[in-house]
Amino acid sequence: MPDTTPDTNTDAGPLIPRNRAAHPQVHDVEYKTSVPRSPRWPLLSMESTPSEETGPRFGHDILGEYDNNLILNWTKGAAPAIGERIRVHGRVLDENARPVPHALVEVWQANAGGRYRHVKDGYFAPLDPNFGGCGRTLTDSEGYYEFLTIRPGAYPWPNRGNDWRPMHIHFSLFGHSFGQRLITQMYFEGDPLIDQCPIAATVKDRAQLDNLVAPLDLGQSRPLDYLAYKFDIVLRGRRQTMFENKLEGM
Amino acid sequence: MVQKLNSLVESASQTAGPYVHIGCMPSYAGNAGAYDCEIGQSPIAEGAKGEIIEITGEVIDGTAWALRDAMLESWQPDAAGKFPGQPGADPNVSGFCRFAVDPDSGKFTLRTVKPGAVTTRNGAMQAPHISLWIVARGINIGLQTRIYFEDEDNSSDPLLARIEQKNRLGTLVAKKSGPGQYAFDVVLQGDRETVFLDI
Repeated sequence: MPDTTPDTNTDAGPLIPRNRAAHPQVHDVEYKTSVPRSPRWPLLSMESTPSEETGPRFGHDILGEYDNNLILNWTKGAAPAIGERIRVHGRVLDENARPVPHALVEVWQANAGGRYRHVKDGYFAPLDPNFGGCGRTLTDSEGYYEFLTIRPGAYPWPNRGNDWRPMHIHFSLFGHSFGQRLITQMYFEGDPLIDQCPIAATVKDRAQLDNLVAPLDLGQSRPLDYLAYKFDIVLRGRRQTMFENKLEGM
Repeated sequence: MVQKLNSLVESASQTAGPYVHIGCMPSYAGNAGAYDCEIGQSPIAEGAKGEIIEITGEVIDGTAWALRDAMLESWQPDAAGKFPGQPGADPNVSGFCRFAVDPDSGKFTLRTVKPGAVTTRNGAMQAPHISLWIVARGINIGLQTRIYFEDEDNSSDPLLARIEQKNRLGTLVAKKSGPGQYAFDVVLQGDRETVFLDI
């Protein structure tokens, strides 16, 4: 059976055009793989159509009991992962500052030693037998989400002679429109490797990079259990006007 | 001074990286069983109405090398041009698929139903197409494009009409390679660079 449920809100306005200056530079010589993988010709800009304004929707039926708990999900609750226990929480909003309810949030990350559980990762930091490294959840009716995990380690990667990724968690987001699709990364407050990282540095607007850095949130941490970090995410919004469908011609 | 706008700025994208499959396609990453149900495994279920087709291709970089680590997502309406949830939409078409290129050959295959034409809010008719989104290490923001079909009438499609260099139109059109079979490559950079969209 199809694993999606509908978005029938096709009467809202078009998606707000993307401000590309708020995003990474696509061709950045310091991030070498971007050089052969970035388009050279300009993108074709156009007003969104139903192809971009609709999108797959996901319900709680796809979620397993431990999907939002990376400390326990790899062992289905049998044994906790090794590392610094943290809670990551935040809100998914759109550019109109409205919450995005029922948004699918998928995350993946390295273990506490900086090693990914992936057939292609050969870093010699050991795998943690109790840690898989992926999780997912849906935002609630107010756009809030949270998950438990361990703080990922920094790790070296082949780029320039001695590059290290700062501690980070990958985030993939579905809003209600396929044109809202976003993949990004969450960094941790105070990590000195952020300012050394050529991938973080593809974001040229410092305020936009700062928005990818989650602050420590002591108030939402649990004494004698876990620290908390807050990470809000903004997806594209749609133009809101009662005049939307009354224009004639193109 | 003026009033403050209450708008926010979209969060900056970051590359999906080489290990995107851990979070999005655990089985592909070697982690089968991480989720009971992985999303987007097929855009259609048994009984979907219309012509079942297969689109195969590669994602090719500026040196003409086929990527081995790219992940793609597709989104489309049913054979009648209705998206899931719209009145009368085919209940056996979820419209969404998530797939990866083969780590050895670099080839991908999308098995789906051929989509119908879709009307825009201004009443223009878009030729049948599938929306495509491509992410990988080195791609700093997901690339949007579309798959059209060479055996459909694309002559009045409003998006294709916007492409000034008509010699680039073919980069968005899947070539028929056999009954129900189409070929479509995504070329990230170079002479045959795909027309990517900001839409």
